[in-house]
Amino acid sequence: MSRRIRWELTLLAYLAAGVMFFPIFWLFLTGFKSEGEAIAIPPRLFFPPTLESIQEALTRSDYAQHFLNSIISALGSTLLALLLAIPAAYAMAFYPTPRTQGTLLWMISTKMMPPVGVIIPVYLIFRDLRWLDNVWALALMYAVMNLPVVIWTLYAYFREVPHEIMEAARVDGASTAQEMLQVLLPVSGPAIASAALLSIILAWNESFWSLNLTAAQASPLSVYVASFKTAEGLFWAKMSAASMIAVLPVMVMGWLAQRQLVRGLTFGAIK
Amino acid sequence: MTFSLTRKKTYSLRPNTFWLLAPAVLLLILWTQIPFVLTLYHSFRRFNLLNPERQGFVGLENFHSQLTDPIFWTAVQNTLVLVGSVLFVTVVLGLVLAVLFYQDFPGRPLARTLVISPFFVMPVVSALIWKNMLMHPVYGLFAWIAERLGREPIDWLAAYPMPSIVLMVAWQWTPFAMLLILTGLQSLSREQLEAAKIDGANAWQEFRFIIVPHLAQTLSVVVMLETIFLLTIFAEIYASTSGGPGLATTTLPYLIYLKAFGEYRIGVAAAGAVFAVILANIVAIFVLRMIGRNLQGGRA
Repeated sequence: MSRRIRWELTLLAYLAAGVMFFPIFWLFLTGFKSEGEAIAIPPRLFFPPTLESIQEALTRSDYAQHFLNSIISALGSTLLALLLAIPAAYAMAFYPTPRTQGTLLWMISTKMMPPVGVIIPVYLIFRDLRWLDNVWALALMYAVMNLPVVIWTLYAYFREVPHEIMEAARVDGASTAQEMLQVLLPVSGPAIASAALLSIILAWNESFWSLNLTAAQASPLSVYVASFKTAEGLFWAKMSAASMIAVLPVMVMGWLAQRQLVRGLTFGAIK
Repeated sequence: MTFSLTRKKTYSLRPNTFWLLAPAVLLLILWTQIPFVLTLYHSFRRFNLLNPERQGFVGLENFHSQLTDPIFWTAVQNTLVLVGSVLFVTVVLGLVLAVLFYQDFPGRPLARTLVISPFFVMPVVSALIWKNMLMHPVYGLFAWIAERLGREPIDWLAAYPMPSIVLMVAWQWTPFAMLLILTGLQSLSREQLEAAKIDGANAWQEFRFIIVPHLAQTLSVVVMLETIFLLTIFAEIYASTSGGPGLATTTLPYLIYLKAFGEYRIGVAAAGAVFAVILANIVAIFVLRMIGRNLQGGRA
């Protein structure tokens, strides 16, 4: 490729990056505006930045509640998913049986089921169990939702752990639990971290289940932000500030987990 | 291969893996398979949450009332239009972006980070950004730009509801397509490209005869996975147009939501849900076959 074309392509890449990122940039910018600045015409690129809107979003008690709910549902579900997935992935990666492949495929097949296909019974069951608007029940829902992805991510990594070290422990008389806790876990820290990251991202951004299964008490940030949907011009700065705080942590995690994300979301179909 | 050998050797030391696997499998069955069976059950019943005494089996009536309802077909059509358009846009743009970011240039990691960011934005938030801050007919940035160019500002979501939703969703999913295609590209050997160049291939021929064929499998995975995810798009519509104006952006998932939680007609909603599952399954079969082949390939 000639130097000139290469230079032009680079410029084009930066331009594309700018265009794709612009809406997010605009949101972040508005988060630092006052309400008046936010709807000013012409839109202002330069303005005296203020932390007013962010402060206001953060100090509203219900915002804190929703933030906490997001954290509980995302972290709680991830913890539960890991607790279930680590033994399952361990079993399938180190002791495969003729049925293992079928089990793995069946697990992803559950991800292919559209949530609307099961929302009605789940809603009715939640209602009868009095689990509606309960953040722990939502966490349970998310754990199941992410379980196949977490198992697959872990499975893919565990298969690359040398079997010799597991075997050595086994020959030395380690129990299955010891083998997992003392041999496998220490060497698979990064794998577990990336599976966890993926699960947190998916749970944090989820909104179908949270909109349908929670109300004021247990609703996470996704539901809170959605409540701005009718905000006609008046609360843009607040909306942007609230959205920014909701989006930022997960976006940073996503940046860190790009590679694992591809693996996890495609179930390893693209290497 | 080494797997099976070591496995035989240590067979006597093989733990009972049933209990390791059972909790995960059981939970998945409990929360996915059983509810779907219940959905099927409800789809044959009359059941209105507001009037719970009046219920019973109605045979195929729910399906019949869905299939003869023009609203249902509008929703199916909207769903297919949305999925089809977003697929087209994201695959084309994703391919272009992936090729752009395949080359080495200073600052590539940062630029790439910016490009993929939309994918991590909470769908509800992305709907709000587009609806309020960009597409708003009075205060939105697009309106201002239109005015500067001496044109009438457009109320995007009212005048072009479906294209606006497509734009919004495509913005979110282009990074996904790009990331996957880029990953696929990186497994292409540079030597092969060099060889083509030596044989006198120009950039277009390189793209057309080496890059595209190499990406065939990646592209099919992108199309199938995206289809699965896009068929269930809900939050963007909920937070931006609520299915309107009229029925212009009411998709199948949104219609089912309306029937179930707006009209409390559980039976009819369940019948719609069964249809949505069938639609998703048609795609899923292809996806699973592809991934299964990959799984086997990885093991050999």
